[in-house]
Amino acid sequence: MRLLNRSAGRLSRHRRGPIAGLVVLLLGLLMTGGLYAVFAPAQANSTASQDELAKEGRQLFLVGCAFCHGQNGEGVLTQDGQQYGPALTDVGAAAVDFQVGTGRMPMAVPGAQVPRKEVVYSEDEIAALAAYVASLGTGPSIPDADMYDPDTLSSEEYDDYVTRGGQIFLANCTACHNFEGSGGAMPRGGYAPRIRGVDPKKIYEAMLTGPQSMDTFSDGNIPPDDKKAVIAYLDRINEQPSYGGFTLGSLGPVSEGLIAWLVGIGALVGFAVWIAAQTTRTSGKKDGADA
Amino acid sequence: MSDESNIEPAHGHEGDHLPEEPIANPGLPPHEPRPTDVDPEKEKRAERQVAALFGLSAISTVLFAVAYFTLDVGDNWSTFGSLGASTVALGATLGLALLFIGIAIIQWARKLMGDHEIVEMRHPAYSEEEDRQRALADLKIGFEETGIARRPLIRNSALGALALLGVPAVVLLRDLGTLPGDKLEHTIWGRGGQKITTVVDGKEVTVTVPLMRIARDAIGTPILASDLEIGDLVNAQPEVLFNPERYYVDPSEVEGINLQINKSKASLILLRMEPDDITPGKGRDDWDVNGIVAYSKICTHVGCPISLNERTTHHLLCPCHQSTFDLANSGKVVFGPAGRPLPQLPITVDDQGYLVAQSDFTEPVGPSFWERDYDRDRFGDDD
Repeated sequence: MRLLNRSAGRLSRHRRGPIAGLVVLLLGLLMTGGLYAVFAPAQANSTASQDELAKEGRQLFLVGCAFCHGQNGEGVLTQDGQQYGPALTDVGAAAVDFQVGTGRMPMAVPGAQVPRKEVVYSEDEIAALAAYVASLGTGPSIPDADMYDPDTLSSEEYDDYVTRGGQIFLANCTACHNFEGSGGAMPRGGYAPRIRGVDPKKIYEAMLTGPQSMDTFSDGNIPPDDKKAVIAYLDRINEQPSYGGFTLGSLGPVSEGLIAWLVGIGALVGFAVWIAAQTTRTSGKKDGADA
Repeated sequence: MSDESNIEPAHGHEGDHLPEEPIANPGLPPHEPRPTDVDPEKEKRAERQVAALFGLSAISTVLFAVAYFTLDVGDNWSTFGSLGASTVALGATLGLALLFIGIAIIQWARKLMGDHEIVEMRHPAYSEEEDRQRALADLKIGFEETGIARRPLIRNSALGALALLGVPAVVLLRDLGTLPGDKLEHTIWGRGGQKITTVVDGKEVTVTVPLMRIARDAIGTPILASDLEIGDLVNAQPEVLFNPERYYVDPSEVEGINLQINKSKASLILLRMEPDDITPGKGRDDWDVNGIVAYSKICTHVGCPISLNERTTHHLLCPCHQSTFDLANSGKVVFGPAGRPLPQLPITVDDQGYLVAQSDFTEPVGPSFWERDYDRDRFGDDD
């Protein structure tokens, strides 16, 4: 007790010290945070079952999605029978994880293309939405990491996968997404997005669900292991050195020709004009102007 | 223009058609010497400049050779940012070598070479009447002296020799290969269902080749009709390219150049859509399997491979010239320069549920060609 008193006394001697206020403030914050962590209600993702998740997802869905997709995900038609928001009954959790997880949904403006943008929902909320939409019907579920992650491959396996994936990519994907995954234009203002440097999980989900105008590459079309090979190929492209200098967007002859004509020949023409405009005469007056 | 032609001509050719001069010809401005013409020191300086530029070019060329032999290709690709040291060094040194030569020549020409104004008058493009008459007369004399009208033997033998010169051309062109025959009309899809004689265990037997299964391109496995979901697009090839034995085909026929030839004609786009979306062409009611349709992947315009499909519209777009085909409606052209619909492949399933071609394409695939039988282009014509 004496010891306690003595240490308390020693402490209290510092009570008017220059950092006393700061220390008290920090202690207070730590205690508040700690106590909250102990007593706060458990997080949804740690304990909630799929049903509870789906229930939570439904609440989010009613607020954020139902306006276009209908209160039960049945889709909404405009008065003249056009599709306003498509039905979500059989799109599966993978579609939700892709669309919401890349920020494409919720859509900001209807148009030819729904662009990738900042993600609006948190990971937990996306999981809840996915669980709800998955509960509406059939459809692909969110893939596991060992299905898509090229990092799970050994280095020999990786090389095999890259070779095989490259052939599959060239046969199935290059038409729209370009030979290096740089993307490309599609009819009526749409475009196939650039797919280099994209999260492998999202690439897998895109193949599985066929977002927007993209065709589906279901597991019956391109088997899961071959999908992983495609992702390994894209992963390899990301690390590919550009021996020949700047890649100019890896768009092929269009950007290369444009740069050669505008910058290359443009510089030569500018140089020629500059030479002709200079005078070698003595008088300082500009000969170029009246010649 | 009139300014130039009004300058006092340097040598002859004054046309009569010139208009009266409304404004007096101001002539050329007085010649002004360059500093290098009047100041020997400046002349020396310019000389040194030109020599220095040539020297810089020589140094760059030497550096090019040094870079070529010292810098590794491939191992140090990130030396300058993300660029290859070898690539950048070779390009930069060679570029500078040429650039310095160019600058030196221009400097030389502008500062040191002869400096006087030169006027060159325009004159009519045709020759003088006198020259023309003389040329005609010469030609006539030459023609008469050949005596070609009087010596039919020489004339005829010369004509014969010249005409025969066409023969080497024909013989050499023949080396380009045999005529295509009916190869353009058929693809390897037609191999399925044929009756052929083959040798089994030393005996000649007649067998029916199984119908050609449709296989995934690059992967090579045949496709079950139940594999595909609505919205699936498969880039497909005939299974014979991956499994020739099943179709009694010698493997050498689907290797190397033969593989490329067969692929270029047989490439297929397979699409599964809602069966109700399909408007089958005349006589094509049984050409799809539960909403799965198959079309040639080769554009009918100039033969680019197409697989830019929009799932939502079933429109297949050719990236070369934007020809667009409606796959829900017999591959009809909805946009672009293609003149004919995409050929559709009639498909069905075999007893194991695999997708197979009922027959070959019923019309030639790919772009138009001279001998093509255009009467067969009507939908559903089958032979």
